[in-house]
Parts: sequence; structure tokens; C-alpha cells
Amino acid sequence: MDFVVATDLEEALDALGRGALPLAGGTDLMVGVNAGQRPDNVVALRRVRELRQRNGQRIGAGVTWRVIEDEGPRALAQAARTVGSPQIRNAGTLGGNVGTASPAGDGLPFLAAVDAEIELTSREGVRTLRWDEFFTGVKETARRTDELITAVVLPAALPGRQEFAKIGVRNAMVIATVACVVTRADDGTTTVALGSVAPTPIRIPEAEELAKTLSDPGSAALDEFQHLVAAGVRPITDHRSTEEYRRHGAGVLARRLLTRCLREGAA
Amino acid sequence: MIVMFELNGKSVSARVVHPTSLLAMLRDELRLPGSKNACEEGECGSCSVILDGDLVCSCLVMAADVERSVVTTVEGVGDDGKLHPVQQAMLDSGGVQCGFCTPGIVMTAVDLFDRVESPSPDDIREALAGNICRCTGYGAILRGLEAL
Repeated sequence: MDFVVATDLEEALDALGRGALPLAGGTDLMVGVNAGQRPDNVVALRRVRELRQRNGQRIGAGVTWRVIEDEGPRALAQAARTVGSPQIRNAGTLGGNVGTASPAGDGLPFLAAVDAEIELTSREGVRTLRWDEFFTGVKETARRTDELITAVVLPAALPGRQEFAKIGVRNAMVIATVACVVTRADDGTTTVALGSVAPTPIRIPEAEELAKTLSDPGSAALDEFQHLVAAGVRPITDHRSTEEYRRHGAGVLARRLLTRCLREGAA
Repeated sequence: MIVMFELNGKSVSARVVHPTSLLAMLRDELRLPGSKNACEEGECGSCSVILDGDLVCSCLVMAADVERSVVTTVEGVGDDGKLHPVQQAMLDSGGVQCGFCTPGIVMTAVDLFDRVESPSPDDIREALAGNICRCTGYGAILRGLEAL
């Protein structure tokens, strides 16, 4: 049994090198502990100052949802507001969301939509993986156990219009049935990313191609856009929803968000 | 393992069998049963405490991670036998039925009024999004807090 309260990055990396399980906000790991899991080697990251820093487009992995709600880029801040409750947002971190890699991770569609990179640090050095190299399956990532997620790195220029929304059974405290981010740059480049509809966050390139040609929020081609999104997702039926509902919801959400982006662009 | 920290203004130490939660340490080792144990997964808010200035679910905090931290529980919000204004408001409005969720709601409201001077009704509702009242006594709770 080993428990290290790391106060700096060195201590955290040493502990990870010895096989410790990283503990950030505890909102996932402690649910397991309360259910009887007994991780015998844990490193607590809450006090590692390096992880709480934000420099330009680099968001430290230990930055909490509470901070992102107020200071994050628009669609990531919108997503942050829908994470759990105030209590959960005070504890939970962006790095924890990335590390847990739940298909329903609220922050993940944004990372996919802007082609974010995940920074991994170990005693061997630092490497950076694109989101689609990092997320490999349901709660599976390319992180080695000796590596710490130290930051999420966003591109230097973020799209001017970006919108997040999610579907759930109620307004607050809800795990997404479908989550979606649509972004649009001034040159019409559009990205469409979704969560809870595939093992990892996904993009829908066919819908993005079509959206690039659209500029009228009333366009009849939005029907085709919605169809492409619904056809492009790979949802399952589980205790939270059905494959059919998720597929339908994905198309509806993406269309709604694209319309918002187009309206804002026209204004 | 011994955990030393500041609890309700006093230095304390508790012996815990790791891994366990701050909530279990408060209730079972430090004999402070105000923070309630219900869902154990951060859904209900009945274990809410203030940890290093932030409102959190104590069931989701690893006890060992509280070393050298500052914790306030519902037992620590009143002033020498006098109720905190939030507690008094809840009493006055009848915002207590079975009482199980009350400590968590008090902690959430104490945190809200510490951060926001005059919260709007919407601010109060949003702040309470993570506190479940199984008696559904929300109306009286909201009326009490809106009167503050």
C-alpha cells in the first residue's frame, strides 16, 4: 500500500514510474473505491501546481471544470457548465476527463472538434499525441502507465464560432446520451464532433464537407447534413438510451448547432 | 495511516485504513455524523463539505489526500452555539423535512453566499443542482434561501 501526495511534477512522475495510479479530482476513481476497489498504489495530483497552469492554448491537466466554465474557449466552457454539479466541477479536471476516456466525457467532443493534442510526460520525456491517436477505445487510451497527462494543447487559432450541446434526461447532473460540438471558421471550414455515440469521440468528415458549402441557416441542404451525421455515428443501445435514439439525436443536435453557427456568422 | 489536517478551525489527526474517503474519515473516525452518506458517487450532495475553499462531495475525496488541508463541515459553520444565517433561514422557512439532505444543502448555500453577495433565484437553483432532497422539499428550501 502506497499513497503519495505529490506537490510537484517530479514527485508525481516518480510515483507513476513506480506504478502508481493517478488521482486527480477523484470523481471517477473514488466511485470505484466506494464500490470496493482497492487501488494499492496511488499518487494524488491535486497539489501539483504545474498541472493547474494555463498558458495560452495549453491547458494544464489539473485545471478544474469550474475554472474552464469561466475562462475556457466558448464551446469547452459550455461543456464545462454541463459537467455534474458545482461540487463535481470544483473537483473534476480536464485531464481526468481525458484520462478516464469515457465515451460520454463532456470535454472530449470539443477536443476532437478543434484537433487538440494531449501532452504526456514521463521520466523518459514529453510526447504529444493528437486526440485521435490518444483515444483508442471505451475508456482506453494510448497513455503508458508511467506517463502523466500533463496538458491539453489547443491549436493556436480556434474557430470563431463554436457551439456545444448535449442531450440527457434532465438539465443538471446528467451523463450525456449524445453530445456534440460544431465549429466554423471564417473561411467556412466546419468541424462536427460527437460524444456518447461511438467508443471514442468522433468526427463526421462527410457532414463537414457538405457544411463547408452551406452558408444559409435556412438551407434545405441541412436535411442532408443531418442525415450524414446520423449515418456517420456508431452508437449502441445501453441502459441510458437506444442506438436509434442516439443516431436521431446526433443528427438533430449537429443540425441545431450548425444553424446557430451560421446565424451567428450572418449577424 | 494517520492523516493530519485542519477541521472546523482545529488541527486534527485521524487514523484511517487506506483507501477510504474523507466522508468515512469524518463520520467513522472523527465522529462527525453531520455529513451524510448516501449515494457514494457524487450524485446526491448530502456529503458536501468545503475543502481548501471549494465545495466538494466528501465521498469523492481520498482521505489521505486531505493531509495538510483545511476542511469545513456542517458542524463548523455555526458560531459558538449560534446557527449560521443559512441554517436559521432553512428553519424559518420549513426547509427541513426528514433532514437527511439538510447538511449538504446548508454547506452548498454557505459556499454560495460566501462567493456571491446577492445570488439570484437562478443562482440558488444552479448552486443546488447537485443536492437531492428525496422529500422534494425544494420549494421551502428555495424560499428560505431567497429571503437571505
